[in-house]
Order: sequence, then C-alpha cells, then structure tokens
Amino acid sequence: MTSTLLDVSGVTLQYKTPRHLVTATYRVDFSVHQSDRFVILGPSGCGKSTLLKAVGGFMPPVEGSIRIRDREIDSPGPDRMMVFQEFEQLMPWKTVYQNVLFPMKVTRRFAPAEAAARTDAVIEKVGLAKFRDVYPHMLSGGMKMRVAIARAMALEPDILLMDEPFAALDALTRRTMQQELLALWEQLRFTVLFVTHSIEEAIIVGSRILVLSPHPGRVRAELDAGGLDHNSIGKPEFGALSKRINYLLFGDDQKQHTSEGGRA
Amino acid sequence: MTESSRQNPMRVEREIELIDAGVIGDVERPLTVVERVVNNDAVQRLTILVAIIIIWELYARWLDNALLFPTFTETVQTFSRDIANGVLIDRTLTSLRTLALGYAFGLALAALLTTFAVASGIGTRILSTLTAMFNPLPAIALLPLALIWFGLGTPSLVFVIIHSVLWAVALNTLIGFRSVPETLRMSGRNLGLKGARYVGLILIPAAFPSILAGLKIGWAFAWRTLVAAELVFGVSSRSGGIGWYIFEARNDLDTATVFSGLLTVILIGLVVESVIFRTLEARTVNLWGMQR
Repeated sequence: MTSTLLDVSGVTLQYKTPRHLVTATYRVDFSVHQSDRFVILGPSGCGKSTLLKAVGGFMPPVEGSIRIRDREIDSPGPDRMMVFQEFEQLMPWKTVYQNVLFPMKVTRRFAPAEAAARTDAVIEKVGLAKFRDVYPHMLSGGMKMRVAIARAMALEPDILLMDEPFAALDALTRRTMQQELLALWEQLRFTVLFVTHSIEEAIIVGSRILVLSPHPGRVRAELDAGGLDHNSIGKPEFGALSKRINYLLFGDDQKQHTSEGGRA
Repeated sequence: MTESSRQNPMRVEREIELIDAGVIGDVERPLTVVERVVNNDAVQRLTILVAIIIIWELYARWLDNALLFPTFTETVQTFSRDIANGVLIDRTLTSLRTLALGYAFGLALAALLTTFAVASGIGTRILSTLTAMFNPLPAIALLPLALIWFGLGTPSLVFVIIHSVLWAVALNTLIGFRSVPETLRMSGRNLGLKGARYVGLILIPAAFPSILAGLKIGWAFAWRTLVAAELVFGVSSRSGGIGWYIFEARNDLDTATVFSGLLTVILIGLVVESVIFRTLEARTVNLWGMQR
C-alpha cells in the first residue's frame, strides 16, 4: 500500500468533438507502484492516450479519481513529466543544452549551478555530449527522443509519462531506444507510465501491462511482464504472453463464433 | 519451387572486402573559397544590383533626356552633393524619427491587442473583426481625417503609421499563436507555465516566424505610408521629411534630385530589409530551423 505512487480508480473520461461527445475510457482502475514500468496497451480507440493526458492533468475525469502520492491531480505539473510521440515538444529555438535546462530553470527546483551540472550530467548519460550546443532540427529522430527523455529525467519527476514515444521511429532506432530506456531504468529505477499499441513493445518495455479494450476503453487485464526483454523474444514465455495478450484483445469475438477459439 | 525459380533465376550472393575510398579525400570536405563566394547570398544579390545599375545607366544615356530620366552617375552626383551639404541627411532623419515613433506605438498597441485576443474568446473575435475592417483600408486614406483631428504635423503622421503597422502585426501574431503545435503548448503547460510566462517563454518564440513576417510587412507599410503622407501635405514647421525633399525637387523640375530622393527611399528600404531583418532572421528562425 505504501509503495502505491499513482492510483487511478473508476476513471471515466469524455471529451467533446464539434459533433460528438466521445467516451474515451469507462471506469478504469489501476495503480502504479514506485519503480514500475507500467504499460497501458490497447488498440487505437481504447483511450490510452486520453488516459495518459488525464494523468498529466490536462483533462479532468468525469467520474472517478486520479491521485498521485495521495494528492488529487487537478492541473498539469512538473512532477509528472510527459514525453510525447511528436518531436515538436523540443523547443526549436533552444539548443540541446538549453532544452534540457529549461524545465529546471522555469520550475526553479534546483539552484542555477546545480541545474547546470545536472544538465551536463544527463546529456552525458544519454550520449549526446557532442551535440550539446546543437539545435533540435539538426538531430535525428532517435536523438531528439533522447533529448526529450533527458529533459524529463533531469527534473526527477515522480513519474514519467510516455505517449507512444517510439511510434514514429524506424524499427532499428526503436529497438535501440527501447534498450536505452531499459538501461536507464536499470541505472535510475524511475517510475514510468508508458502507452503503446504494440504488444511486443509492451512486453519488452513493461514490467506490468494493463490491457485495455476499445470503444470505450475498459480494463481487460493487468499482467506481469517483468524479466522479459529483447533477449527473450524467441523464448516460449515471451510467445506465451504475447499469445495471451492477443487473445485478450482480439480473441473474444472468435470464441463466440468458433467454440474452440483457436488462433494462428 | 521450379515455378518460382523460373521467374526469379538464382542470384549469386556476394561478400567482398571494402574497396578503398581514401582517394576521394575526406568524406566531409570544406567548400573552396570560389564555391563559397558563388553560393553566397550577398554576392548574388550584389550582382543583381550591379546589373540593374548598368541597365539604368545605359538606358538613360541612350534616351539622353535629363528631365525625364537622369543617368545613374548624375543621380549619384546629386545624391552625394545633398549628403555632403546635409540636406538629405536632415530630411531622412526627420522621416526616420517619425517612423520610429509610429512603428513603436503600433507594435505596442499590437502587443496589447493580441495579448487581449489570446486571453479570451471574445478578444479573438474583436481583433479579427477589427483587422478585417481596417487592414484593407489604405492608411493614406485616413490622412485627411488625421489632419482634421491632429492638424498639420508629426501627430497626424504618427497616427497613419500606427494604423498601417498595427493590423498587419496583430494579424500575423495572432495567426502565429494559433499555429503553435499542440505538443509544444502541452509541454509548456506540463511545466506549470501560465499567463505572461507561458506567452513569453512558449508562444512568442514558437510563433516567431509569423511575428517576424508581421514586423516586415508592418515596416514596409509604415515606410510607404510615411513617404506618401509627406508628399501629400508637404512640410510641417520647417523640417520636412524625405517625401518633402522629393516634392520640392519636382516643383523645380529637378529630376535628378527626385531620383536621388527615390534612391534614398529605396536604400533605406534595402538596408532595413537586408541588414536589420536578415540579421534578425539569421539569428533566430534560420538558426532554429523554423524557416529556410
């Protein structure tokens, strides 16, 4: 109980488009513990990004509550740093160094000298020391992602919120980024809430997987996935978990029609 | 298998030692001086200017009518004479002083209006309505009214300049603010930025390409309006501006001086555009990769 960092209970989220009132999630419960790599997995339309925005404080729930360290979330704040899918989160008018420093500067969480030292340290850690004074438009997608993670981590947030951060990357870079994220986690043991639509990514990155069903997003399962990474892709446990999630997400319909419910 | 191998005949796999690429030199080689000079923007622009001057000179000599079309050399002589005796400098300074005043007021008002507009929905509607009404209205058309309200003199000029700057800048800034990517907005709010800090630290730099475009359009409108207005009501007190200089020379049928006045107008335009604004661009939006 004491290790519960983020508590989401009975959360229903709705938003308005010009013509419709869309229910994104319906009565979703889950709790994230300290140092979890908590993955929200689901097909498009299951409201996973909306859920992340709600945790980020950008959207109040219609029903239910979202609490971080027993405090109700009511607005965005630097204790929950978001890493977005688009690379536009980096400010084009600031260098890598200034981008990483900026959150520490505006939140005044660290003394100027300490903030500068932390910036250098974290840039070094994500392997961008050579690109310290370069502007974002000169970086590759993977490098921008590393800057985005670096600037979020430097602030030492309670939780890192990542909205399909690797979705726009090519397969090779994505794999590298997943490995780097895991390596950083080994080092720092931060808590991360990670949204993805890829089953493979969920198993590799996550220690805990929340499976959501679509239209509206409801909890289908919460599974344990610790100890599985790139090295276990060929292993039977990995295949079994992947099959199980596949079944949870897509298997129900087939079970109703064909009594065996077998899947290829 | 035989079916597919007929369509795709067996191809030999190969694996070879890397060939030596050292002969082409470094993979990244600095451009030679000549290559850099030819590619240089300033050099290219200068070449165009020189070409125009040569055409001008040749045409005027061929026409041989100083009253209609003085040569370039003649214009430059008049120009340097009036620079030397201080008339032109005096006239130009008078114009620039008025311009700076009007431009500064216009910008301040535009900043005020856009801040109001981004702060509330009704503000946005007020600004877009006002802009739709006044932006197409030529500033010079307001001059008669300004003369009635403020009389002959600097206040009237400042009024029309403000009018020409305000709407262009406000409209561009508002468009710029609106097109700031949602991710960037969210990442700013994520840090808890609100109000003036949010506008100053996120919105203004993010919308800077549009704002800069607005500043440029505003400057051109203001300069045009000012010279035109000076031509219309000539001199106020004893110090006329550059427009008055041109007007006076026309009355004397001194075409070379008219040309030298026009040349001054163009030169100031070129300096502001290609020195001030270009430097600003190179240090901001180009450096940040927000504009090519």
